[in-house]
Amino acid sequence: MRIECPHCGERDLREFYYQGDATLAKRPAADAGEDAWDHYVHLRKNPAGVTSELWCHERGCGAWIVVERNTTTHAITSTKLVGDF
Amino acid sequence: MRFSGFKVLKEGLTGNKGWSPHWRSPDPKTEYDIVIIGGGGHGLSTAYHLAKEYGAKNIAVLEKGYIGGGNVGRNTTIVRANYFLDGNSQFYSHSLKKWENIEKELNFNAMVSQRGQIQLFHSDAQRDATIRRGNSIINQGDEAEMLDVPTLKKMVPYLDFENARFPIYGGMIARRSGTARHDAVAWGYARGADQHGVDIIQNCEVTGIDIEGGVVKGVQTTRGAIKAKKVGIVVAGRSGQVAAMAGMRLPIESHVLQAFVTEGLKPIVDHVISFGMGHFYISQSDKGGLVFGGDLDFYASYAQRGNLPMMEHVMEAGMALMPAIGQAKVLRSWGGIMDMTPDGSPIIDKTHIDGLFIDCGWCYGGFKAVPASGDCFAHLIHTGRPHKVAERYRLDRFRTGVGLMDEEGTGSQHNLH
Amino acid sequence: MRLDGKGQIDRTTPISFTFDGKRIDGFKGDTIASALLANGVRLVARSFKYHRPRGIMTAGSEEPNALVTVGTGTETDPNVRATTARIYDGMVVRSQNAFPSLRFDAMAMNDLAAPFFGAGFYYKTFMWPKKAWEKIYEPFIRRAAGLGGLSGRPSERRQEKAFAFCDILVIGGGPSGLMAALTAAQSGADVILADENPELGGRLGHDRVTINETGGRDWAAAMDAKLRAMPNVRIMAQTAVTGAYDGGVFGALEQVSDSTGEGVQTCFWRITAKASILCAGAIERPIAFANNDRPGIMMASAVRGYLHKYGVAVGDKVAVFGDNDSAHQTALDLVDAGVNVVALIDSRPDVKIDATFPVYSAAEVFDTKGRHGLTKVGIRQGTDETWIDADCLAISGGWNPSVHLTCHMNGRPTWDAGIQAFVPTPNSIPNMCVAGAASGVFSTMAALETGSDCALDQCRALGFDVGTIDLPSAENTKYTIDPLWDVMGDGRKWLDFQNDVTTKDVRQAAQENMTSVEHMKRYTTQGMAPDQGKNSNVNALAILADATGREIAQTGTTTFRPPYTPVPIGVMGAGGQGKTFAPERFTTSHIASLSRRAPMIETGLWYRPSYFPQDGETTWREAADREVNMVRNHVGIADVSTLGKIDVQGKDAAEFLDFIYINSFSTLRENRVRYGVMLREDGHVMDDGTTARIGPNHFVMTTTTAAAGPVLRHMEFVHQALKPQLDVSMISVTENWAQFAIAGPKSRDLLNLVLDHPIDNDSFPFMACGTVSAFGVTGRLFRISFSGEHAYEIAVPSRYGDALYRMLLAQAESLGGGAYGMEAMNALRVEKGFLTHSDMDGRTTAFDLGLQGMMSKKKDFIGKTMAARAGLMDPMRPRLVGLKPVAKGHRLTAGAHLFDVDADCIRENSLGWVSSWCHSPTFDHELALAFLKNGPERIGEKIKLNDHMRGISTLCEVCSPQFFDPEGARTRG
Repeated sequence: MRIECPHCGERDLREFYYQGDATLAKRPAADAGEDAWDHYVHLRKNPAGVTSELWCHERGCGAWIVVERNTTTHAITSTKLVGDF
Repeated sequence: MRFSGFKVLKEGLTGNKGWSPHWRSPDPKTEYDIVIIGGGGHGLSTAYHLAKEYGAKNIAVLEKGYIGGGNVGRNTTIVRANYFLDGNSQFYSHSLKKWENIEKELNFNAMVSQRGQIQLFHSDAQRDATIRRGNSIINQGDEAEMLDVPTLKKMVPYLDFENARFPIYGGMIARRSGTARHDAVAWGYARGADQHGVDIIQNCEVTGIDIEGGVVKGVQTTRGAIKAKKVGIVVAGRSGQVAAMAGMRLPIESHVLQAFVTEGLKPIVDHVISFGMGHFYISQSDKGGLVFGGDLDFYASYAQRGNLPMMEHVMEAGMALMPAIGQAKVLRSWGGIMDMTPDGSPIIDKTHIDGLFIDCGWCYGGFKAVPASGDCFAHLIHTGRPHKVAERYRLDRFRTGVGLMDEEGTGSQHNLH
Repeated sequence: MRLDGKGQIDRTTPISFTFDGKRIDGFKGDTIASALLANGVRLVARSFKYHRPRGIMTAGSEEPNALVTVGTGTETDPNVRATTARIYDGMVVRSQNAFPSLRFDAMAMNDLAAPFFGAGFYYKTFMWPKKAWEKIYEPFIRRAAGLGGLSGRPSERRQEKAFAFCDILVIGGGPSGLMAALTAAQSGADVILADENPELGGRLGHDRVTINETGGRDWAAAMDAKLRAMPNVRIMAQTAVTGAYDGGVFGALEQVSDSTGEGVQTCFWRITAKASILCAGAIERPIAFANNDRPGIMMASAVRGYLHKYGVAVGDKVAVFGDNDSAHQTALDLVDAGVNVVALIDSRPDVKIDATFPVYSAAEVFDTKGRHGLTKVGIRQGTDETWIDADCLAISGGWNPSVHLTCHMNGRPTWDAGIQAFVPTPNSIPNMCVAGAASGVFSTMAALETGSDCALDQCRALGFDVGTIDLPSAENTKYTIDPLWDVMGDGRKWLDFQNDVTTKDVRQAAQENMTSVEHMKRYTTQGMAPDQGKNSNVNALAILADATGREIAQTGTTTFRPPYTPVPIGVMGAGGQGKTFAPERFTTSHIASLSRRAPMIETGLWYRPSYFPQDGETTWREAADREVNMVRNHVGIADVSTLGKIDVQGKDAAEFLDFIYINSFSTLRENRVRYGVMLREDGHVMDDGTTARIGPNHFVMTTTTAAAGPVLRHMEFVHQALKPQLDVSMISVTENWAQFAIAGPKSRDLLNLVLDHPIDNDSFPFMACGTVSAFGVTGRLFRISFSGEHAYEIAVPSRYGDALYRMLLAQAESLGGGAYGMEAMNALRVEKGFLTHSDMDGRTTAFDLGLQGMMSKKKDFIGKTMAARAGLMDPMRPRLVGLKPVAKGHRLTAGAHLFDVDADCIRENSLGWVSSWCHSPTFDHELALAFLKNGPERIGEKIKLNDHMRGISTLCEVCSPQFFDPEGARTRG
């Protein structure tokens, strides 16, 4: 697999670290309640299809990237910096 | 039909004309008491236990493809009970005991081979962690013992004891652990369930779950609507999609795990061996292939195929641990979809919908759990109460933080377990 | 028999090798198989299950029978395909899976018992008595099974891995591949052409083909030369593309040299291509008839290949049997070469061929004879059955396109009724197109055309300007086949030769309701042998379709998984053996530590000294105890550079750290250090360490050695994803600074011997930090302590680390101190109740550690909400305590579990465990840190420590984890 880092261009999978669903970039407020926090930390939509997820270009520039990827074909449709997500 | 050596001889002498189907292929009825969604190892085991152990009647297993086509047919066939946290210990211990009796129970040779599993450690800290685990295993009533390096050199002389990047400090052996013939487990439970009247319906995909007023009423399938008083979901990597049909979101992310087999070789690896410093575990099948695996590919996937970097990492770890296998040639690789939970431990529980039950989250420990998972899920569906060895497999433990069983200690990141 | 003037081998270079100890002569360019056939050797192997005599069946990597062991000692290679391995002088080749010899194999008795060894027989027996499986049946089965054997020792050969990149990867160098490569290259694309064989040309080398009125072989050689002259083409011969992966990545195995060479022998490539063209050709398939597995029965195309490529006539009396025209070509070529063709048997009626040999139309081979090699062929024409003498039978059941790579990303091929075979389903692999025989077109002209067309399509898609292409001319005959899957009659008819699966097995599987193709495969083991079903999948599917009354297309599809050809673990795992498995990280004091004879131990990727033995000390304990006493009474030096160091800067750095840590850092004064704990978002402890504020907007954080990378990544995540508005930057400076702990009552005395400006308790109180200078080198000094003593850590740029360490040691020794290692460091910190990763195992909360008071109520921080869950604040959780033995000499052990004094040591009664342990020279008994249910409430009580694994049970007293100097007076001294 090859991933387009918005800073560095297309790079090999080996340079990246995978964190999980991009939901993690939308942290609830401390007092958002049990449901919101359960959803944030544990529950996952886990689609068989297109999903947004967090990768880190750890062995490169260190950028955190939101990758839109299909979990059945592994095809990547877009990547953007997490700050633009 | 009862299988035996005598039966094999008799059939051999009469042209093998007398073998009958291992299971029937009935058309689905319009209504069942219990519908099990998923004809994998866990689903078939559940149906078998419902019918045989709990005397339930009028049961169907619905499988979207062919039975045993999921993870029960794509794993590294390891059977073990070496968990160390309360909740897991008793469950896997129960499962191992059932493995030991499975041929007698099913009259089907699943080739359970208690050849011993050796977990190696490579530092003082790992030794202490391994001993903590070993003590848990013994506290549970199972067996574990330490192996020092001289003993290991005799038992497994092909390991790298000379020049390893991470020297071997010792190992722990669980002698009752080993391997089993994976397909045979699915087939054996299918045959057993069928003999007890369970309808096994293949090529029947569930497309919807019918719920009225918070009570389950049946399922919609590609072979028509089927009414049911109780429905059990046991679909491993597909848990998220099926639970979504009932409006549920699960604490599960699906990931791919690869495994590999080499060409047939004369016996060399007589145990199950696990490396402590890289993702690598190996055994040798009775046909002679080295069967080995590593860690997840790390990203969410339903593709049942792995990537090259992880494949190479597994091979590198293999070479680090036992360079003598370098000339063995990898014949085939495959990938299974693992239903990963936030603490790496499974879920066997009721849902918020009356009559709807779920058994999922096996991460990559599902194969060895097949006998006990079926027993415990059947118990729950039949009695409405959890089996005593599965009391802690609750769906709400993440929300409350009560009774988390994080064997890896990696926390709520699904792919790290 | 070798024919004069035929073949492409180098007759001027004879080569000899041994097969089962017997000398065999061949020529440069021969494979093991061609040399054996030239010498009349037909029996080369035994089958897997029935130990049937087997010969050479094919001339390619799909060979199911002729697997041999090559080499001796550590350089033993089992399961080598005799059909692809080139011979070299002195090569040692042995047959496999036969005992005592290939000709007289005791296990051949299995063949007599074959009626009892049908599909899945082992699932139905061997169940009684229970213990007999591991003791009797399984060992017997294991010994009988397997093919070749490993030496049990590592090989010395050199293997490598490499990366390559191109615009277009052409897989296969036959006519379509050559044409595709040339077309793409002329368009300006960067091309890699990979072929598993040493010479390009594919079947052009094995057949009589004319292209542009020259021989196909000459045309291929000219194309080879032309392509090699182009700067944008890279030809990778002897390189089998083994797998197609996501993102245009392909795995490929290159045979760089044979085992006689000095250099790299094999290389595993990762080729990234923007587009690819699969030109992998096709594989001829056998026909199922009784005893179709005898040595001497070969694929018709292989018979041609041995004739044209190696100049070998594989028999004196050759019969040819087929259901398509490919068989005819074999007969004609043999006659042309002067070989005696005794019959052409074609299952189709009305065969038209201008022949000098007997032709049997609408006929079948129904059986064969010959124990160790074919002697007779039984022919049935209508109801007439005749036996003719033959020592070779060339068979052709049609051709299967090599669709394998197109299945590697879950693609399923499509059934093409016209050619009675599976063809690739378009777009199975992104940006791949398929040309030539692999796409289901079998004439040479069609191969050239489709190769060129695919290249043009791919070039256009990549934006290259394509010109006009001159296509050469070649034969363009139509392929016709009337498939013959299963010749009527009794007897065993092999489908999977390697795994000994016959048509009966497939039919029995169907009878037992194993009717899904996957069930049939798994039940019979068809397709699971080293040829991965290349020779048998389609035939078995056809039999299953027949047995279940379905069409082939409805019955299922065949699929293939990587790798295409078996790949040695050693080459895919190249670099994994020995020290190169993982990077080695060395501190700047490494050499000085080695010179002091310190055993270096692995700490993650780092090496750290365990202890520093002195003359007369015989155990690590003696050295460690001395070092602990040295620190407690004088001064000790330890390298702590492996701890993670993260430099954090920016005007919002303090606010950022407040969010990362559970406690506050915005309140930390400049030139001061504070201990901090950080959580994961799920509320469990992630890491701990000290952070120094060395400027108003400048902090230096330390992490534990293990967590250095993950913590930095986590901080970047928090900044980039959650707090992008904060002005803060961070970078790892772990390797930029060498850092040494100076611990003990004389630490300041020592420091003042090396610092350019002396310090005192007022200028440098406990938890102070600042810039210092030593011998003119600017460094940083932190007054922190992991030992409980008056201590400092001094950091200098790494290039000064070695010099400073030696200088510190020399001064320490003058004060009665010296170096201390990991063992002493552990004892010192356990005596003080300081934590390491042993005590924070990823399941631990701040509450468990008694640090809940540190969790700020005034601010939000990572993990705050989830740490407040009921389950994480339960007093009955195992929580940190200290343990000491009630009787002084009794042992404590890490990994032991804790129980009430009178309780049975079983799971239900386990109250916790021991996380850290030391022998304390300070107290002269053992100490432990442990996690005990409701622990802090049980201080002063007795508890039982039990370690089944080590056979230790000790009565302990629960106490505070701060054993030594709990008030911290010494630290402030």
